[in-house]
Order: sequence, then structure tokens, then C-alpha cells
Amino acid sequence: MQGLLALEDGRTFPGTGFGADGVQTGELVFNTSMTGYQEILTDPSYHRQIVTMTVPHVGNTGINPEDVESDRVWVAGFVVRSLSPVVSSWRSQRDLDGYLREQGVIGLSDVATRALVRHIREQGVMRAAIAHGEAARDPAGLVDIARKSPDMSGWNLVDEVTCDEPYHWTETSDPAWYSRYDNESDQPLIVAYDTGIKRNILKMLTDRGLRVTVVPAHLSASEVLALNPSGVFLSNGPGDPAAVTSMIDNTRHLLGKVPVFGICLGHQILALALGGTTEKMRFGHRGGNQPVKNLLTGIIEISAHNHGFTVTPDSELSGAEVTHINLNDNTIEGLRHTELGAFSVQYHPEASPGPHDSLYLFDEFVERVKKTVLSTEYRVK
Amino acid sequence: MPKRTDIHTIMIIGSGPIVIGQGSEFDYSGVQACKVLRREGYRVVLVNSNPATIMTDPEFADATYVEPLTPEICERIIEQEKPDALLPTVGGQTALNLAKALAENGALERHHVELIGAARQSIDLAEDRQLFKDAMIEIGLSCPPSEVVSTVEGALQAAEQIGYPLLIRPSFTLGGSGGGIAFNEADLRLIAERGIKLSPVGQVLIEMSVLGWKEYELEVMRDASGNFVVVCSIENLDPMGVHTGDSITVAPAQTLTDKELQRLRNMAKSVLDRVGLATGGANVQFAINPDDGQVYVIEMNPRVSRSSALASKATGFPIAKIAALLAVGYRLDEIDNDITRVTPASFEPSLDYVVVKIPRWDFAKFPGADSTLGPQMKAIGEVMAIGRTFPEALQKGIRSLDIGISGFGSRLEDAPPEALRIPTAQRLFQVATALRQGMPAEDIIAITHFDPWFVRQMVDIAQVQSALLEGRVLDDLTAAEFLTLKRCGFSDAQIAAATGERELNVRERRKALGVVPSYYRVDTCAAEFEAHTPYLYSTYEPDDETQRTERPKVVILGGGPNRIGQGIEFDYCCVHACFALRDMGYETILVNCNPETVSTDYDTADRLYFEPLTAEDVLNIIDNERPDGVLVQFGGQTPLNIAGTLAEAGAPIWGTSVETIDLAEDRERFNALMRDLDIQQPAGATVISREEAVIAAQTIGYPVLVRPSYVLGGRGMAIVFDDDMLLAWCDQHIQWGGHPVLIDQFLDDAFEIDVDALGDGENVTIGGIMQHIEEAGVHSGDSACVLPPYKISYYHIEIVREYTERIGKALAVRGCFNIQFAIKDDVVYVLEVNPRASRTVPFVSKATGVPLARYAAQISAGKTLPEIGFLEEPRVDGFFVKEAVLPFQKFPGVDARLGPEMRSTGEVMGHASSFGHAFAKAEMAANSHLPQGGTVFISVNNYDKGAALKIARDLHQLGFVLLATAGTAQFFESVGLPVSVINKVSEGSPNVVDAIRAGDIDLIINTPRGGQAHYDGALIRGTAHLYGVPILTTLSAAQATVQGIRALRQKPLKVRSLQVHHAVD
Repeated sequence: MQGLLALEDGRTFPGTGFGADGVQTGELVFNTSMTGYQEILTDPSYHRQIVTMTVPHVGNTGINPEDVESDRVWVAGFVVRSLSPVVSSWRSQRDLDGYLREQGVIGLSDVATRALVRHIREQGVMRAAIAHGEAARDPAGLVDIARKSPDMSGWNLVDEVTCDEPYHWTETSDPAWYSRYDNESDQPLIVAYDTGIKRNILKMLTDRGLRVTVVPAHLSASEVLALNPSGVFLSNGPGDPAAVTSMIDNTRHLLGKVPVFGICLGHQILALALGGTTEKMRFGHRGGNQPVKNLLTGIIEISAHNHGFTVTPDSELSGAEVTHINLNDNTIEGLRHTELGAFSVQYHPEASPGPHDSLYLFDEFVERVKKTVLSTEYRVK
Repeated sequence: MPKRTDIHTIMIIGSGPIVIGQGSEFDYSGVQACKVLRREGYRVVLVNSNPATIMTDPEFADATYVEPLTPEICERIIEQEKPDALLPTVGGQTALNLAKALAENGALERHHVELIGAARQSIDLAEDRQLFKDAMIEIGLSCPPSEVVSTVEGALQAAEQIGYPLLIRPSFTLGGSGGGIAFNEADLRLIAERGIKLSPVGQVLIEMSVLGWKEYELEVMRDASGNFVVVCSIENLDPMGVHTGDSITVAPAQTLTDKELQRLRNMAKSVLDRVGLATGGANVQFAINPDDGQVYVIEMNPRVSRSSALASKATGFPIAKIAALLAVGYRLDEIDNDITRVTPASFEPSLDYVVVKIPRWDFAKFPGADSTLGPQMKAIGEVMAIGRTFPEALQKGIRSLDIGISGFGSRLEDAPPEALRIPTAQRLFQVATALRQGMPAEDIIAITHFDPWFVRQMVDIAQVQSALLEGRVLDDLTAAEFLTLKRCGFSDAQIAAATGERELNVRERRKALGVVPSYYRVDTCAAEFEAHTPYLYSTYEPDDETQRTERPKVVILGGGPNRIGQGIEFDYCCVHACFALRDMGYETILVNCNPETVSTDYDTADRLYFEPLTAEDVLNIIDNERPDGVLVQFGGQTPLNIAGTLAEAGAPIWGTSVETIDLAEDRERFNALMRDLDIQQPAGATVISREEAVIAAQTIGYPVLVRPSYVLGGRGMAIVFDDDMLLAWCDQHIQWGGHPVLIDQFLDDAFEIDVDALGDGENVTIGGIMQHIEEAGVHSGDSACVLPPYKISYYHIEIVREYTERIGKALAVRGCFNIQFAIKDDVVYVLEVNPRASRTVPFVSKATGVPLARYAAQISAGKTLPEIGFLEEPRVDGFFVKEAVLPFQKFPGVDARLGPEMRSTGEVMGHASSFGHAFAKAEMAANSHLPQGGTVFISVNNYDKGAALKIARDLHQLGFVLLATAGTAQFFESVGLPVSVINKVSEGSPNVVDAIRAGDIDLIINTPRGGQAHYDGALIRGTAHLYGVPILTTLSAAQATVQGIRALRQKPLKVRSLQVHHAVD
């Protein structure tokens, strides 16, 4: 079936549609991970984004029940060079095409993805419309639809992805993929704010023996503190962090009262709560090969990234220090505030997909949480 | 950490001669290491016995030793050069083994040399299979159940525990040499005995066979701070059971989920931690059960390897260069990525294309060899192809092989389903046939154990072919259909064959429809950052990334995959042509598809096109770049073969004209020219039938040399002695109706001479005259040769010089040419003229210090010999001996006799002030150590007996015990030489083969000649190769050996760097 990707600047890319029929809009981004499309599809951070994979063959390993980061597909559209005509994996239960169709998500194959990615690299991310079926016959109309769609800057998308009610998370990861921990009983409780949280983050926390209560983004800081947590986790999520004002306020109230650990959007929110600013990047970081340097140890972590906004380099971050930087473009990748007992990273230590070089950050959080008194010196190893 | 300042001089060990399992990829890695370490200010001392390498060019190191790679010789070099450190990780297993030996014998400690790049414990741990397995279990990883044994009885016991089928791998051998799969006790006895013998430590691993499991490899790097990156993941199309070097491989891995891939990454990291590889590159191989994902660690190499060269080319991440920097203290994040200029080396390349590597075998050269692929590598070379999708890359790879196959399914190899089960060189083409014949994909998967993903992609190719090409007329193909075909990798040649058109017509039609390729850059980062290095591949998608310049530019065509007869020597010439033209101010554009080369290093030419060397692919590049000139004379026969088509399509061929090439290759025209020039050739005839062949042979007189016309490296060539042999040969090799057969007088007992010379159209200057040590009848590529000639009269040499000049001028050669002469009964004959750079150009350049390939490139670009200042044949100081290295050990069952068909894979050089010493060094470098004493077995044909007598006497005087079969013994006794008699094989045990096996023989002289005698010694020769006993199959080699042994007795060997040698000149 006919398919088309139309960009707000008027450029169009033809393809073969798969998955659902129809038209959808979103911010057009690209991801350079060579594996892990299933995790990417189900990562809530991609809400309202059309994701282009740079790796040409996608769908090769099908879809399995285990490798999901949430209970649904979040991407607004999925663009690939070559959709696999067959599934090959002992874990797979279905194919990508059928999965996207069931999830109501449009896919586009046979697209000149490298030309598309180079276009985004030069022009920056932009709004786009993806069409599968009849609508694909009208390029001009699709460009118009793309132009009328909302811009990501200033858009608070957290409410669209957060959970409705608090819940306890108990599932741990499969020891086939991650090291096993020997945990004592009666472990500390932490509260994880769900601004689009990935399941593997929760598994990394429970793997290390923490009890985890996941709460919706609208829960106030005092309601969270009423749960008497030993730590609070700020999750990843979609949209413009500066627009998520309630979470910034909540974080400000929590700081100094409990240890706080943020990832991705959580990192940006921590920076904003500390008085910093964030800005939109031209095309962001999305992939599994980014070199991040831990300035405290000098060690390089090959890390998974998915962000289109970043903490402004020279922004005022009262009392916080930069702990990690990206060696490609020197963007801030990690912060800590020793006195307030808070730290965060812009990238994804939980990986999924991506290398596992940064899992130590969860160990550090757990270590911190287990020390009940905040006034003692807090340090990130 | 900044670079180390406590070391100043670093010794690098190269990998020696090209052999199966250790090819020219180590020239690439060695050159990278030499270049970068010198750039960092270190003094580099290089040792490598292989003169055909770029790395041994004097400008790549401060002191270059083309000397045998033995611990004794290396220690002498260490004494002379006093290096602070030794880098053993860029010269393959040879360098690692040599470094290990130097550590074990105390030489490194004696001379205060630090091993950098890999510690001795790491080498031991990675190489000793039992230690490795124990270490893996210790860190919670699994290896296939196995046991290390050092006796056949031990192997049988282990088999009872583990169960058949079993994999047998000898410890510390190259390319799985001596390994095999045993399905029963008989297999096991045979393979285990051979493996124990071949292993330098006398051990083999008896391992559970995981035949059919998925096979993966990760190329990884680590620095002293523990920073770790995966440069590339590679998935093998051929599942476990076939050596990686013999497997079709694909990058990146295609059938792993992220969780599965990260698990392998974590395991690889643990393996490096445990083995203790502190700095450098390594690879880790894994087997995965396709049914449940169970992972076994198979092995780890703590050094750069064939697959790291592949990974470097596949990703644009130069592993060897970075490994060298890490070894001197740098950290990954302190090294820049040359391609993006903004990212550090501490990152993992992301590929937005698919790379396919296909091995190239040469089984046709080894009749009798077992062509089944297994744990012992048998491929001679390989190609790599880049496409945006697997089908595109696979088809480009197939046509890169240069075996007359233009794509998947373009040649059908008929095979019953059972044959598909057996991995061979043909299997890919058999799968195409099976698909064409309608075998369901499921059956192919079940039989081959290929992953369903790959098979389904092949099905797609077959479907596109039947949908768009079957029964079609060229003019009806639409632009959209062309695009679909092209995106699926179909070549113009395939489309031409399917539509019954000429290839150039397909090209014209395609271009008229606007279907032309774009060129995309290999950028390490999937377009996330701008690529500043023009490393390009073609595809049929929009937005070309060529960024063509308007500078004067030249395209240099490489040699394609290494094969017997066309190997590293031609890459050497291409690289030199590149450097020469760059220095003249041209933009250099290199085209090649061989990942094992220096020419495909993105640092070598200004622009690199990693593309097949077919007329179509090259013409597309010419259209794209619009060069001022195209050089076809440096890459061997491959570019010459397409030169005519390129010229016809209007490409500006520089240097020797296509007309001259044709004149030299067309026998009739060439014979006429020789008659005009009054130069003798052996009597010859061209025949097109069996009957004509017999008449021609009888007219010329036996023995005659027979060969199919238009062949490289003497393929199919033979010397026949009578009508029966002639007819048998015809029936085996010739399908009448194709190319004709050439029959030539065989110049029995003649001396052969090779001349490399340069011509500029008007002048001719000789670069070097080499005398073959083996007499005529042995292919020039397999014969040892010496520069300058040691046994030819001045009178004959003068004739050779005069003929060379006459021929060069008559052909108006512009660039290199090579002539083979034979001298018999005072007559100088011309055997062959090649109007291109020859195999011996690097050797001559090393010996004379004259850069022939560079001059040839300058001439191609319009310079004259007077302008270059090269008008006199260089004088050679001392003697330079080149010896061929033969792969018989890899092909048990093949008659290890030298003949007119070339079978050597590589070469070594020995140089010294006397011939004897130079010869002894060359033999030592070829791993055929001349014995200083012991027992010599002599068995010669009647014709040779007279001449053999002198050799026997000399050896007796040198203290050797003489051993011979009854006939030869009687002859020696008749003149009073003491000789012991031993049984022929046919006379029953104990016979000579038993004696070789028992280690009772130190040297063998066995000269087969004549009809029947030809085959008698096959078993002796095969056994000798298997057991590493030096064997001489010609009397001239035997005489040279006597000289060598005598020289070694008189004076110990000395070592001298090329720089010192040529400075003395």
C-alpha cells in the first residue's frame, strides 16, 4: 500500500505503508540504535513523535511479550528503510506489521531513510505527517496537515502519558539479561513519579531490592511525602520539560527532604527546579552509542539517549555541579547537588535499548536511599 | 592518560608470508600501527619476512628488517636496535607466537623490552584452550563441553564423555589449521593425530560440536582505564561448524534483539576483564542456540585479526590504528574519530547500511583437496560489499568475487538437497538453484541451518528476478522496475543475461531512464554527524554525498579479492600508484572491494569507493567523478579484464594502451610480433579439439605445456609427456567449444628468468632481473628466485636486456611490464609478456631500493623516464632470494609437487651478502628450516640421477646420513657413497612415509618427472608437508639448499635493515 511522509518544510518521502491506515502527525526524529525497536516503540518518551530508524532492516526479530517498556506503542509513526518480511527469533510471538496495525500506529517502509536523516540533521527536527493508504496520494494536503500540527516547544505531554492511580511495582528483570542481586527483606520504599516511565527503570529499582510505588504526575509533593518514601525517582517522559510546571514545583518541595534521582525528563525537571533553564536541541540525541564522560571518575560510558531538550550549559544551577558530559557535543549529561541529596542524568542508565555501562547509577541511588539521614555527606561515587 | 614518554623505540612484528588464515589484512593493520606510532614521535623498528607488503617499504618504519620471523633472528635485531617495547598485536598469530617465544626464552627480559598491547598472561590465557575455558567458567560464562588432550588415546577417552560429533581444534595454530569434525572414532583418530602434530604445544581440544548454532562475533576495544567499546557486531550466515574465515558474514548482526545483543556485549566485556587485555583490540566469538538462546563463548583473540580488519572497513573505525595508540598509553576518549572530527574514539559505530563479506576459495588449484568447509579455514581471500540492504550487499558481494558470477542466481549450481547440507564454496549458488527449482524456504532453512531471515531475503531476490526479469525485453523495463532491481542489487550483467542484451546496452537504457546510483558515505555514525572522509559506496537512493571536487583526478583500480596468482603484491602497486599521483598533485580515487588491504584504508587515497571491480560499477564511478585518467595496470589481471569495456565506454585509460594489452594477450598477434622482432619463442600451437591437440603435441614433440587460453596464475596448466596424459588432461579440464587450448614446447631443464621493467613509450629501463631457482616447468609464482641471477652467463643476461628493451619499445609500454624468459641450450626464449605491474615488483623494489610502481604511475600520468631520472638498471648489492610459501598443509590429499600451475599463497625474502646465506634465510622465513645435519632421504628419477650424485656427495661430506630407495641407493653405492636403503611405500612397512612420520628424516629430495613417476611421490610429499619436513622437488633447489647449509656452517646469519642496506649502496 502507498505511504508518504510529508515534512512541514514541504519535502516528502514516499514509502510503502504498513501497520495501521490513515494519517498521523508528530515531531519527526531519528534514532541510531541498531537494535531495540520494540523498546523504542513502547517508550512513552516518544509520545507524539514519528521515529525514523537509521538501521535499514527493522522487524527482523518480531515482537515478544517481554521487551516492552510500557503496555502500548507510543510513537506517532514509524519509518524504516526495509520492513522485514519474516520474523526470526526464538522469543518472538508476532510480527511488527500486525503489532502496529493492532496498536493503530502507522508504519512506513522502503523510505530513503539516510536522505531523510541527513535532512533532519541539517534542518533540525520538524513536524511531519505520516500517511498510509488513500491520504498518501495528497502530498500537498499532508504538508499542510504537518504545518498545522502542534509544535513540541512549550508542549506539556506528561498528562497524556502518566498513570491514573498510584500502584506498586514488584516485577524484577529476567536474570538472563541482567545480573541477579541478593536482596534482604524489608527494603526501603521509594516513590517513582510516572511522567512516562519505562518499565526497565522500575525493574532496575526492584532488582536492587527497593519497594517501588509508582505515582501519577499530578500527585503533589506533600502527598508523596505522606507515603514516607526513602527516596523519590523522577522519570523520563515526553514533551518540553519547561512546560511541566507542576512537576518542577513538586521537585522543588521534595529537594532536601528525600534523596532524589532523575533520568532524562526527570533530569531536566531537577535542573529547572534548581533554577536552571532548558532548551530545545536541533535534532537531539537518540541512539545507543553516545559517549558520556563521568567527570568524577574519568570513565566513559557508552550510553542510551532519547532527548530533544537539554539543560542550558551556562544556566544557574544553584549549588549543583555537572557530573557527566557528552563527548560528542559537550552537552550536560549529569548533575548532582550534594547538600540536597539529588542527582540526575540526561541519558538512560536503564538502557533498554542500549549498552548497560551506566547501571551503577541505580546502585548509587539505592546506596543513598539506604542511608536514612540526609545531613551526612552525600556523594556520587 | 597522555602517551607514554618513557619508551622511545617500539618494535613491531609483522605476520610474515600470506598463508591461508593469515592474509594481507595484517599488512593493513601493521601499516596503520607503523604510521600512527611514527606520527606520535616513536622510533619504529619493523620485522617482517614478507617483501610484498607495504609495511616493509622503508618509508613506513625507521628500521625495516625483512628477515625470518624466528626468535633467534628477532633477538639479534633487538640486540642491534635496542627497542624499549614490543607491540605484538598487529601481526596476527605469528607475531603473538613469536612474542610469546621471546618472552619465554628470556630475550625480552635480557634486553629490557616491555611487551605492550597484550601481556604475556593474556596471550597464554586466550590461546590455551583449557585455561580459557576454566577462566570462562570462573566468570560464569559457558563454553561447549570439551577436553584438552595430548594423545590420541586421550582424545578417544574424551569422546566417550562428550559424544560425537566432535570438533577437534589444535592449540596455537593459524586459521584452525589441522582442525576437523569427527563423526566417529576413525575420523577422530586421524584428525587428533594430525592436530597434535601440528600444534606447537602438542595439544588439541576435543569439543562438543555445536553444528548449526548461530555464530556471532564482537569486535571490541579497551583502554588502560577500562573504557570499552564494541566496534562492530558480526553475524555469520554459515552457522557454527564452518570456520569464520570460510563463512559468509554480515554486519551488523541482523537477528538479535537488543537484550540478546547487550548480553553478548556484557559477556565480551567480562571476557576482556578476565583475560586481562588492558589495551587494544580483540574479538570474542559466540555460539547461540537458535531454539532457546543459550550462549556459548567460543574463543577470544587478544589482538587485531582478519575480522577486525573487516570491522574497520565495515564501520570506518580504524581498529589497528587505535589499538596502537592505546598500547602507548592513550585513552579512547583522547583519540579523535577521523571521519566525523567531532566524536571521540570512545563511541560505538552505528551502521545505516549492511555489509556482507564473502570468502573466495581456489579449490580448482588443488585437485584432490577436500572442498568441504569446516573448522579449518580454506579460503584464500575475501570480498566485502556495502549496500543499504542485505540483498543489495549480497549481490554486490557476489559480483565482487570475480568468478564470472554476476549475482545471486546468475549461475546455478545444480545440487541435490543432500548436497545443501554440506558446506562448500558452491552452497550459496546451490541455494539459488534450489529456490529457482521451487524448494520451499523452510526446507532450505532446515537443511542448511541458515537463519530464516537470510533465507527469506534470498527468496525476495529470487522473486524480484522472476517478477521483473523473466521473459522481459529490455526496452519494456520501466524506470521504477529498474530502480527495484537495482535496489535489490541486480547488476547490469544480470539484466543483460536475462533480456539477451549486451551489458553496455542495458547500461545505456538504464541511464536514459535516469536510473543512476548515488554514493553514500561510510561515516561511523548513521548520518548523525557530517562525514569529512570520502569513503563511499553506491546505492540507488536519493541525495548523493559524493561532493565531487574539480581538481585533476585519477581513478586507480584495485585488484579485488586475494586469490592464488593475484594477491597482496598488486595492492602494494595500487597503493604506490596512489601515493605517486597524490605527490604529483592529483586527487586519487581508489576502487576496490577487498577488505584485507591497505588500498581500502580510507587514509590511502583521497577518495575511496568500496565497490565491485566490474565494468558497470567502475563506469558508474567514472560517470560520477569524471576523472582525467584511469589506471588499470596496477591491480593485476582483474582491472585489465575490464579495460577494453571501459575504453569502449569512453573512459580515459592512462598508461599502457588497451591496444597494447590486447597485443600482449592475443597469442596470434603476439607471436607475429615476436617473429617481427626476431625473438625466439617455444614452438606452440592453438587448438580447438582433442584431435588437433594430439597432432600439435606430436609435431612440437613431448613434453609439452598445455593450458586453457586467458588464464591467471597458470590455472589448469600442466606438463604432459605423452598422448595418454594429454588426452586425460583435456578430458579433465577442457570443454571444447569455449576458449581454445594452447600447446607449447616444454623447455625441459631450462633456466627461467623474470624481468621487471619500465617503459615510457620511447625508453625502457630494467628494474630487476631475477633467476628462478627451480628450473622451467615450475610456475614463476611458485619458484624461488634470486636477484641478481647467480648462475647465468653475462652473455645471456645481455641478450635478456636487449630483448626486454626491444619488446618494451615495440609494445610502446607506458608503465610497468614483466617478461619471462627461458634459457636452454644457449638460446634465450620469451615465454610471456605482461604489460602491467607484476607479482615481483615489490620484491624488486625492496632489493634495489627503486620504487618501480611509483615510477610506473608517474609515467602513466605523462612523465618520461629521463624526467624521472631512471635510466639505468639498478645495481644490486648482495643477494636477495624470494621463496614461495605453499598451502599444502591445509589441503591433505593434494599432491604437494611444484608444477606449472601456481599454488603458493605468499612469499618471503632473505637477503645476505652471499647466495647461500640469502637462500638459507629465505627457507627459514618460509618455515622450512635447513637442517644442519641428520638424515636426508633422496629419491630421484632416472634422468636426475647423475646430477643428484653430486648433491648426495656434498651432503655426505657435510655429515648427513644418506637414505634412499633401492634404485637410487644402488646408483649411489656404485660410486662408493654410503647409503641406507628404505622401502618404497608399495614395498610395505616400515617404509619412507613411516620414517617421516616417526621424525627420522630431516630433509627430503624427491624429483618427480616423466609420465608415471609424476604420481609416485605424492604420498611422500604430502606427508612431508604435513609433518613440516623440508622437501625439495627440483635438483636446482637441492643444489641451492646445499649451498645454504654450507653457508650456515661457515658463518652465522647476520641481520641488516633495508635502510642501512640501501644507505650503504
